[in-house]
Amino acid sequence: MSNLFVKDKQLVLPGEIVAEGMDYLPAYGIFRDNDQLVASKVGLVSIDNRLIKLIPLTGTYTPKVNDTVIGRIVNVGFSGWTVDFGFSNLAQLPVRDATHEFVDRRSDLTQYFDFDDLIVTKISNMSKGNLVDLTMKSPGLFKLSKEKGRLVDITPSKVPRVIGKQGSMISMIKRLTNCKLSVGQNGKIWIEGENEELAIKAIELIEKESHLPGLTEKIEKLLGGNDVLHKKE
Amino acid sequence: MSYTKRNDGRKFDQIREIEAKVGIIKSADGSAMFKIGKTIAIAAVHGPRDLYPKFMQNPRKGILRCNYNMMSFSVDERIRPGPSRRSKEISLVTENALLPALSLEQFPNAVVDVFIEIQQADAGTRCAGICAASMALADAGIPMKDLVCAISVGRVGGKILVDLDKFEEDYEEGSTDMPVAMLPRKDEISLLQIDGHIKPEEIEEALELAKKSCKKILEIQRNALKEKYEKEYGQDE
Repeated sequence: MSNLFVKDKQLVLPGEIVAEGMDYLPAYGIFRDNDQLVASKVGLVSIDNRLIKLIPLTGTYTPKVNDTVIGRIVNVGFSGWTVDFGFSNLAQLPVRDATHEFVDRRSDLTQYFDFDDLIVTKISNMSKGNLVDLTMKSPGLFKLSKEKGRLVDITPSKVPRVIGKQGSMISMIKRLTNCKLSVGQNGKIWIEGENEELAIKAIELIEKESHLPGLTEKIEKLLGGNDVLHKKE
Repeated sequence: MSYTKRNDGRKFDQIREIEAKVGIIKSADGSAMFKIGKTIAIAAVHGPRDLYPKFMQNPRKGILRCNYNMMSFSVDERIRPGPSRRSKEISLVTENALLPALSLEQFPNAVVDVFIEIQQADAGTRCAGICAASMALADAGIPMKDLVCAISVGRVGGKILVDLDKFEEDYEEGSTDMPVAMLPRKDEISLLQIDGHIKPEEIEEALELAKKSCKKILEIQRNALKEKYEKEYGQDE
């Protein structure tokens, strides 16, 4: 005997009972309390057969292995760097995962990454105690320039909307603004190129109206208008 | 002389008018306002974030740190700003009232900071603070087992009643104030203090009243949270 109390994509609040009975299984954001499945965060329910999970609408970023994030170097040590990427704990980037070059024991590590450098990096490992290890040894990971470009912060839960289905949204912004964009799963976006202001406007619009239908058209209109201007020039 | 009619004309089991709002402080990770009668509490949640000094860190689970403060203009006669014996006690009981509802195992070595400011006080400030803090914690996305609702019950002039105001708290012929915080899903009590004289059987009667009132408060808290998120994320998504 199992009952489901919510519809797919319904908004739930902490402490709300989503289902009863042993036929349903709790996934992310849902926990089991004896016979009941209870939501633990504000979010939308996503029901996949017997599996019930929650897409959180709020909250700080929770790291996952293989997530690409943008972080800032906060400390340089003997054997690696300490990186802040908007999580409650700092992450470690060991030398062996930072570069393909041979690094001498006594060499000065600031020649690779200095204090306050921004890097696009990937989470390689996580421990139960929330110790995070990073790596730079993967395609598309690099140090960001200090002279050019800018960093935009958005709510981490809205990152999928910025990327779009199979990267459709992000590639459109890249194409129409002639900017390079790097999106970190932690809600940090690096923009560098011709039309940075416009790209920021587009991203702000996505963040503000991420739930409304017809978002892609709206962004296209916002960016396309400018595209026409460029052609006139 | 017994207390036959309430000072502000309410019924004995009637709570004051409540107004709740979520997401009022932009710089905080989560925030909420809870107004009950003339009492206004605002709560801001920061975190989970790094905890220093380092010896306070707990590698098994995150810790909760509450700070209750009354603004100097919140009462009739100016209250001296800064921590006092009373505010430290209330910070502690608030922490203990909220902790059973949180699951902080996911945030080892981190801290969740809750700041409660009382803008205007007309009795029942710790309850209003707890209600506001629980909404702010949900807004901040901290994993919770349940929301927390709190209300004061008590005995004024021999009558058991709910949600005392300042007049009733200072009632000349004896007044007992009993703040109660509850986790409504399983009717668990996470805060229970008594200031005054009350008989055991009267406590049971008062708790029953508190339970009923907490259900009403829960509804208001849920509506406030829904209001914010339904506006941001339509149901059609």
